[in-house]
Amino acid sequence: MEIPKTITNTMMKKRFRLSEFLAEKLITATAFISFAFIVLIFVFVFRETLPIFSAPEPAVSLEELGEQETYGDIVLSDAERAAEEKEKTKVAAEEGVTVENLAGDRWQPISGKPKYGLLPLIVGSLKISLISIFFAAPIAILAALFTAAFAPRWAKETLKPAIEILAGFPSVVIGFFALVVLATFVQDIFGLEYRLNAFVGGLALSLAVIPIIYTISEDAISAIPKSLTEASLALGATKWQTALKVILPAATPGIFAAILLGVGRAFGETMIVLMATGNAALLSANPFEPVRTMSATIGAEMAEVVFGETHYNVLFLIGSILFLFTFTLNAIAEIFIRQRLMKKFRGS
Amino acid sequence: MKKFIAIILLFSISSLLFAEDVITVKGSDTMVILAQRWAELYMKKNPEVTIQVTGGGSGTGISALINGTTDICNASRPMKPSEKQKLKHRFSSLGVEIKTAKDGIAIYVSEKNPIKELTVQQVKDIYTGKITNWKEVGGIDSRIILYSRENNSGTYVYFKENVLDDEDYSPSCQNMPGTAALVNAISKDPNGIGYGGAAYAKGIREVPVKADENSSAYLPNAENVKSGQYPITRFLFMYVKSKPTGAMKEYIDWILSEEGQSIVVKVGYFPLR
Repeated sequence: MEIPKTITNTMMKKRFRLSEFLAEKLITATAFISFAFIVLIFVFVFRETLPIFSAPEPAVSLEELGEQETYGDIVLSDAERAAEEKEKTKVAAEEGVTVENLAGDRWQPISGKPKYGLLPLIVGSLKISLISIFFAAPIAILAALFTAAFAPRWAKETLKPAIEILAGFPSVVIGFFALVVLATFVQDIFGLEYRLNAFVGGLALSLAVIPIIYTISEDAISAIPKSLTEASLALGATKWQTALKVILPAATPGIFAAILLGVGRAFGETMIVLMATGNAALLSANPFEPVRTMSATIGAEMAEVVFGETHYNVLFLIGSILFLFTFTLNAIAEIFIRQRLMKKFRGS
Repeated sequence: MKKFIAIILLFSISSLLFAEDVITVKGSDTMVILAQRWAELYMKKNPEVTIQVTGGGSGTGISALINGTTDICNASRPMKPSEKQKLKHRFSSLGVEIKTAKDGIAIYVSEKNPIKELTVQQVKDIYTGKITNWKEVGGIDSRIILYSRENNSGTYVYFKENVLDDEDYSPSCQNMPGTAALVNAISKDPNGIGYGGAAYAKGIREVPVKADENSSAYLPNAENVKSGQYPITRFLFMYVKSKPTGAMKEYIDWILSEEGQSIVVKVGYFPLR
């Protein structure tokens, strides 16, 4: 049986198109998977937060539950027996949490009357982020300006990758360095009462934030059209005048976005602050006192919490707040880069 | 593809062969080294039994017991009523408690700190923020810097319930992630005070503790913890869902035996008898 040539051709074509179609869809799917992950995590975090405001389970005393069996023949001393009797009087109370409790100034989740005041944690996170940006932003922006506008080729080729490697530095290592070395160093200089404090944490955190601000600022500065620089130099401006009065202002939206992303990184960083800040939930403006941040609180407490208990839900509430905060920052930064910077140089 | 199927088959066959006596143990980080030693030695003596030990913390272990993902749970604190309630809800059993070892909680200070002894009451007042200067407890005139474990730790909970009589820690108390970080911080802070398992204390000084004004002060060493003269001691527990049977019973009996208890001493904790 002979098959007409034309049909074979179309069949070949169809088969070829099918594989192409599948490949294309596969690639699209992988691209959307990351998007799906974000949405799913978002849904998960918020779903776990919700039970906070629902009615608590009724309290049950241990006597109602009955006695737990023991195994092994151990003779207890009087004191040990007394401690055990005390243990039995505890009540399985699961209190719900009120808005007043969440707005309080104490964070004492493991307590007879748990206090879930988020204020010291929010203030702690803000304090740490501000300190780290205070150090990181000037250094990173000036470094970016140097590599983009002044540095000779060889310096540029070493500096940029070197600072970007710093971004991949494990934060545990930075945290441990701060805990062991930096804290003593800072304490000796300022004669501080607390060895571990917001200042040390912020300083260590700036090591993690510098690469982010640097890379994005450098990209923003490099993206400025050569014509602007050349025009400035042609008019007789010096290299410095060009850098400070032409390049820097032109790159402002990009640099602003870089700082915002840096704040987002500082806000969400867990390990460095967990190790270097002392983690005391104090509500104060003093940078030399210990602080407890939201991320460190989740990092420290999530592993041990009783699943489904109020404490667990409150930790997820903190997670939601962190998520919303960084999400907003990133969105604003994105808008700044996309809309302002690009329009400035390409649109008109 | 064939290879893939072969690997899956191999896995399922091997799991069928060895599935008989696998015991999973999960929980307290304080107990993880002890539990691993027990498991290693027991498996060497009884090759037909496989014991898998993981840490994660007392709360994590108890949650795993409630969710049915572990056979034995290690805990450095007793189960909370709410946890027992959940276990009952799930398995209609309150669980079985097994005391496996004793631990003394040492009070640490820097080697430079001249303080001689503290009463339990003084330790309580220091940690709740009523005493803020070393001068008030017979030390030098400088502020006391408080160090504590994170509130995910069984030691934190034990200390709060038994030393602080369930009062809250002072807000200026610095929570350290792990005993190693706490010991490191105190070794560098002459005004610092901290607490932790006696097995951990290295490079710093343990303060002798008195039960009250009239008794004498004791150090948390083997003799004083075993006799109960050191005032801050606790049990290290194992929890199972129901009365142990079969391989699990043999393993637990071995832990409570002379041989199992001798390992407790080697790891740095204290035996039951």
